[in-house]
Amino acid sequence: MYTQGLDSLGADCLHQATDAVTLEQRFQSKVDADERIEPKDWMPDAYRQTLIRQISQHAHSEIVGMLPEGNWITRAPSLRRKAVLIAKVQDEGGHGMYLYSAAETLGISRDELIEQLLAGTAKYSSIFNYPTPTWADVGAIGWLVDGAAIMNQIPICRCSYGPYARAMVRICKEESFHQRQGFEIMMTLARGTAEQKRMAQDALNRWWWPSLMMFGPNDATSKHTAQSMRWKIKRFTNDELRQKFIDITVPQAEYLGLKVPDPDLRWDEQTQHYIHGPIDWKEFEDVLKGNGPCNRERLETRRRAHDEGRWVREAALAYAEKQRARDTQAA
Amino acid sequence: MSASPAIVTHSASAELRFRYATYLGDTSLILAQRLGEWVGHAPALEEDLALANIALDLLGQARYLLSYAGEIEGKGRSEDDLAFLRDPSDFSNLALVEQPNVDFGHTIVRQFLLDAWQLELFEKLQASSEPRFAELAAKALKETRYHYRFSAGWVVRLGDGTEESHNRVQAGLDALWRFTSEMFAPGAADEEAAAAGLGPDPASLRAAWLANVEQVLQTATLKRPADVPFRWFGKRHQHTDHLSHLLAEMQFMQRTYPGAQW
Repeated sequence: MYTQGLDSLGADCLHQATDAVTLEQRFQSKVDADERIEPKDWMPDAYRQTLIRQISQHAHSEIVGMLPEGNWITRAPSLRRKAVLIAKVQDEGGHGMYLYSAAETLGISRDELIEQLLAGTAKYSSIFNYPTPTWADVGAIGWLVDGAAIMNQIPICRCSYGPYARAMVRICKEESFHQRQGFEIMMTLARGTAEQKRMAQDALNRWWWPSLMMFGPNDATSKHTAQSMRWKIKRFTNDELRQKFIDITVPQAEYLGLKVPDPDLRWDEQTQHYIHGPIDWKEFEDVLKGNGPCNRERLETRRRAHDEGRWVREAALAYAEKQRARDTQAA
Repeated sequence: MSASPAIVTHSASAELRFRYATYLGDTSLILAQRLGEWVGHAPALEEDLALANIALDLLGQARYLLSYAGEIEGKGRSEDDLAFLRDPSDFSNLALVEQPNVDFGHTIVRQFLLDAWQLELFEKLQASSEPRFAELAAKALKETRYHYRFSAGWVVRLGDGTEESHNRVQAGLDALWRFTSEMFAPGAADEEAAAAGLGPDPASLRAAWLANVEQVLQTATLKRPADVPFRWFGKRHQHTDHLSHLLAEMQFMQRTYPGAQW
């Protein structure tokens, strides 16, 4: 492993392998040339740590994100919707697995990452701390939350770190499928009975602002943006992506005959963008700090699954041990 | 069976085919519903995915069978009408599949006992005189082989794992064994279906099922519980208390908003 790692730097720089400045310059010029960084390549420790943080948060979001929608599997209103929802939540678990694997290429184990999540030291997307009281929430999550996620994730398909970029390509394909399904649920509701339409509007009212918050704080206050853009982990700023999302989503809401819950929202001819009202950053901070409506429940649910599953995981390990011993004996 | 030679060639009335389809469809549907409760709560991510996968397969079987039942009944009832607008006493699923998840051990035992049964059932159902049942059986058999590999694999892992896992899976087996007699005793639909060439005689599935189950239990170092004499059969519409709770949850949207499209 070690020699391979050095080899990948090229023989000419072996003698300067301890020169951190040179390594850093080589790394940055590789990034600037849009080459991919791979697991065995040298990388700045801060780059490695940033990626571990970002990829694991992303993985945790997929896993915690199974809960708000999973909440409706047993109550989905038709068998077709139930099947689609199970498949979707299953996809999310699969995305979590891709992402944990991508994070593991950076030298941390999935077990460690999950410990961080359960201890509350690792974050996951703020959006999953909101409840899903009605069936329409399943539609709104697909349409808005997955829509925002795609907006965030498509640029990551070109992220400088190869394993993350490749995971994102696979994930984005499934996400766009989920997003269309969510929109279709909303459309069915919006064209349904008065009660269904009210349900759809209520879900839009509750998910609109939290979805905008998914893009993170304003550029002026975002701590990581500048460095992440230099490293090409990020390709667009939070505000750029948020604006893009709003520009695409508002006409979709109009098409559905639903009203975006923002009295200040208006189309601006000059910039060719929608201008939106102020985001409640206090709420965003509160949710991130653990004080959203469901933070406690989400973590407790994950912890319970982990604790109550411990005997199962231990049994699998014990059995594998026994099998190994039997195989050795037989050989 | 019939005294009248005129109806011997195909004596399976639409009414019988309806009852047989709902018996098989309800069994798959209710188990899918139970597995759906696990999604997001399993002991490891891989198990979340696997349980969701099995739930989806079973739900697919249920949709096929209930759609067919609705068609053959001819009253315009859809798969959703049959799933969401029938009362507990109209359901004819095996009582085994309505039993609660309890823990991963119980869930795996329930799955294993059912998978081993579906293996035999679908194998034989491929020869059904009704092409729609034969077609379903051929497709479902492939899925069931996968389910069986998963559940039997876990029965062995848990049984021959730690002391705790052994005790838990044995407890699941002890609790659920009494529901297995129903699989092989005559209900109403399956017995008549066998006479009409629609499906296998339920009793004919027992020997192979038991041989399979006993072999896995032995590998898992588990003890086969004694058969009990008292019988309470879901397929004769005698359900345990669990079914009405399950249906209250499953059906509430359709019951609350009648006639809406989703």
